[in-house]
Amino acid sequence: MKNKYLHLITTTVLLCILASCRKDGGQLPSEEEQVGGGSTGKIKGLYVVNEGNMGSNKASLDYYDYATGIYKRNLFGETNPGIVLGLGDVATDVAIYGAKMYVAVNGSNLVEVMNARTAKHINTIKVPNCRYLKFYQNKVYVTSYDGYIAVADTGSLTVQTTIKVGRQPEQMAVVGTKMYVANSGGYTPSNYDRTVSVIDLNTSTVIKNIEVAINLDHIVADQYGDVYVTSRGDYYNISSKLFVIDTKTDAVKKQFDIPAGEIAINNDLAYIYSVEFNYNTGVNKTSYTLLDVKTETLLNRSFITDGTEKDIKTPYGLAIDPISEDIYLTDARDYVSSGMLYCYDKTGRKKWSVTTGDIPAHFAFLYQ
Amino acid sequence: MKLTVLFTPLKRSGHGLPFQFAVALFAAALWCYAPALAQVKKPVNSQNSDTTRTLKEVQINAKRATVPNISPTSVQVLKGGELQRLNSLSVADALRYFAGVQLKDYGGIGGLKTVNVRSLGTNHTGVFYDGVAIGNAQNGQTDLGRFSLDNLEAVELYNGQKSSLLQPARAYASASTLYLQSKQPHFSNNERTHARVSLRSGSFGLINPALLLEQKLSNTVSGSFSTEWIKANGRYKFRETNGTYDTSATRTNADIDAYRLEAGLNGTRPDSSTWTVKAYLYHSNRGLPGAIVRGRFDYAERQWDNNFFIQTSYKTAGKYYNLLINGKYANDFTRYLNPQYSNINGYLDNRYRQQEAYLSAVNLFHVVPQLDVSLATDLQYNVLKKLDADQYRFVYPERYTMLNAFSAEYHIARFKLQGTILNTLVKEQVKLYSGAANRNIFSPSLSAIWQPFKSNDLHLRGFYKHIFRMPTFNDLYYTLIGNTSLNPEYTTQYDAGITYHKLFEHQHLQKLSVESDVYYNRVKDKIVAIPTTNLFRWTMLNIGLADIRGMDLSIKTTWYGNQKLSWHTGVNYTYQNARDVTRGADSSPLQGQIPYVPKHSGSAIVGLDVSRLQLNYSFIYTGERYNAKDNIAANYVQPWYTHDVSASWLQGYHSCQLKFSGEINNLINQNYDVVIGYPMPGRSYRFTLSISY
Repeated sequence: MKNKYLHLITTTVLLCILASCRKDGGQLPSEEEQVGGGSTGKIKGLYVVNEGNMGSNKASLDYYDYATGIYKRNLFGETNPGIVLGLGDVATDVAIYGAKMYVAVNGSNLVEVMNARTAKHINTIKVPNCRYLKFYQNKVYVTSYDGYIAVADTGSLTVQTTIKVGRQPEQMAVVGTKMYVANSGGYTPSNYDRTVSVIDLNTSTVIKNIEVAINLDHIVADQYGDVYVTSRGDYYNISSKLFVIDTKTDAVKKQFDIPAGEIAINNDLAYIYSVEFNYNTGVNKTSYTLLDVKTETLLNRSFITDGTEKDIKTPYGLAIDPISEDIYLTDARDYVSSGMLYCYDKTGRKKWSVTTGDIPAHFAFLYQ
Repeated sequence: MKLTVLFTPLKRSGHGLPFQFAVALFAAALWCYAPALAQVKKPVNSQNSDTTRTLKEVQINAKRATVPNISPTSVQVLKGGELQRLNSLSVADALRYFAGVQLKDYGGIGGLKTVNVRSLGTNHTGVFYDGVAIGNAQNGQTDLGRFSLDNLEAVELYNGQKSSLLQPARAYASASTLYLQSKQPHFSNNERTHARVSLRSGSFGLINPALLLEQKLSNTVSGSFSTEWIKANGRYKFRETNGTYDTSATRTNADIDAYRLEAGLNGTRPDSSTWTVKAYLYHSNRGLPGAIVRGRFDYAERQWDNNFFIQTSYKTAGKYYNLLINGKYANDFTRYLNPQYSNINGYLDNRYRQQEAYLSAVNLFHVVPQLDVSLATDLQYNVLKKLDADQYRFVYPERYTMLNAFSAEYHIARFKLQGTILNTLVKEQVKLYSGAANRNIFSPSLSAIWQPFKSNDLHLRGFYKHIFRMPTFNDLYYTLIGNTSLNPEYTTQYDAGITYHKLFEHQHLQKLSVESDVYYNRVKDKIVAIPTTNLFRWTMLNIGLADIRGMDLSIKTTWYGNQKLSWHTGVNYTYQNARDVTRGADSSPLQGQIPYVPKHSGSAIVGLDVSRLQLNYSFIYTGERYNAKDNIAANYVQPWYTHDVSASWLQGYHSCQLKFSGEINNLINQNYDVVIGYPMPGRSYRFTLSISY
């Protein structure tokens, strides 16, 4: 019997040792890193939203402070420890309008609304399968993959109406009183959507569907009344392309046979990169291009000029500082490890880079 | 308070616990009484002796000091009473007690459960049911949660391969092999029929009746039939907290309704050769509980499975030559439904059927007393069809595989050396586009065991094995995921181990066994699957190179107190330094320990037999892990550990043996995730009543 007790005691002791190995589940702290030299001007800082892999609930919010040059990761959890499960699952867009910041969290079926300066949670707007954000006259427009745009008041933060558009709508662009919506139809690869829906913002009705190309994605307006829309192709035989729609005629007026994954327009320059995967070849092709939107001609040169683009595995997000014309480009790498943010000056030379959360993708500039 | 929790799930399903057990007891009483009524055939004393014998056997099983295994590859076995005593419903639960094993468990009764042995990856474990491989060419995974322990006699896990020369070539074709051995009928002279009925019930709204019948059909042929039904609403409470928020919710859409039907015939021929035929059918309809993320605790996805196979085996027993022939046909249907999907149809409904035909012949020659050689040839055909209307870019893959294994074993008194060369020929055909390249690969393995001293207590063993797994049909061809240029994933294993088994006479300590292995594994072109929003779809990621250094330690003791008291203990510990050592563009500066592999893990079991009462305690520990490639705070996963207890009472009643068990799992009600986003159940209960005849 003595042996038995000895065993029980040994086991108990062992268990207690093992049991003590569990740390208390606490809030994930933010991390700071000095990256830039610091500058002052009209822009106070830059929010970076990391999508996080689907199902991982790892969407996160980072902030780069212009004055101090400090990059801060994981801002949301620390600022809002009471929000159950944090920012959520797959953040697909961020935008600041007035004093509020909005983040579309696709897998969580909601738009997170925060104080733009403090990132403190204000409220959420429920939009199932939400994707992108756009604003017009105190209203936030949110595309939903379920085939509509939810329209919410930026004061009350409640959905007031929905506008039915094409299948799996992605980004929106506003020119005058019209909104242009890129429809992808990505849930039915055998039959992609091919249209841009045109909405009259005064009546909230679709007034036209412009036939463009399959699997549309990004859409941005220039200052000359045109919108640029990207087609992702079918990843097999139809390649990615870029189209220009004239908003006066609401017709496609030009096509560029270049792969276009993301497009950002600042003044007369369109910055374009593409990662085009082809299932036939199994090859991922990456390219960087500049385009003059005034003359509508390709400049046949990259916006990165010092050769540092070779460090980037998967370009995934792009924004241009409207004041300094600095270029911000993210690298999602292999989608399951931490991403990177690269900053280039307007001549395309790398200024700095920093580690971000998983799949850094979307930006919002915070003004003073 | 505890009692309220205990009865809640059952009340929800409409019946109270007492009702269910009353029904079961009534049925049991009828069963036991029936032979007593029909006692014409057998004299009373014969029945009494049967009862005594059965009871004795159980007690002997618990105490019996078995012969130490002398396998050159490391092997872990759970069988008979030991297996039944674990608080386990499925094979997956039981595997948690093996060293070097990480179970990926998505929670609950219906949740997917796969096994990762020594960090080589799920797809590197070959699963064999009664000696014949269970394949899944579509995704390469076998959901071990579907194999109930109800009809199993033994679960054996081999690192490398089983050290038998009389086995199919496929037995050499995996980095590790798991053998599930179903109950084989054994009749003593005057027995013709064995029967067992059992009923399990408890938390998660579980109802699990099972029936086993074994019949001696003639002096040389016996048959068995086994069936069970598992139904559970799968609901359980889980908790999410970060110290500030603290929220509890109920896991939903985790229900399951499944049945298994299994029938077999075993025979012996006059020349002592043996044959078996087995038919197996499993059907399930289950909810797929998705990842718990902000704002989303409910899912509507469902999955249906229909697995059918028929297999046969023939084995001769000769002095100089043995022949083993195995054949199998399998037909597996899977349907996945997402009723809320905004494609053109408004839902996603995928239906797949895969079929496998398999034939194997093994020739074993005992050349001289010291040398055996064998040649095994397997032919296998796999095809995957998509049955639903969405045929977009589905390629209809077919795979022809031929495996040839040449093995030799040299053995002298205290030394055994085994070597195998396996040749794999794979040819793939697709109806559209282009298929993967043909393969012709040679894979060697070598193992040895040495008994350094005259006494057979101590053995030193070791093995080397180089093997690969083919990319699955999903890896290669899944529309908008697959990649036909994928390479096979290669593993190399080096293992050195020591085993010490000591039997003691006339002492309280009857048996001591210590086994320990150190190993070094390398995985090249490693393909890692990470689940996306649901369990049916995965993101395939080739993380390149993995480097695994590990140690397994297992200590078991058996003790004897007096006629009425005995006990046994078992402790397992696993250390794994499993590094992602991917180089170049695919590497990450923050990479480190491979996702979901803890550095430290282990288990402990204490079993106590007091007369007819069996008491068990088990503890499972999994250390801290990371849920993604980068070993950073954002990917940190807490260690978890569960304490499970159970008690069983054995009672003879007429010609029957009754066993009543109660289990409490996760006694301290720890909330934990094995896979992030898939919370595991807290404290749960299970009761089993079984009656054997």
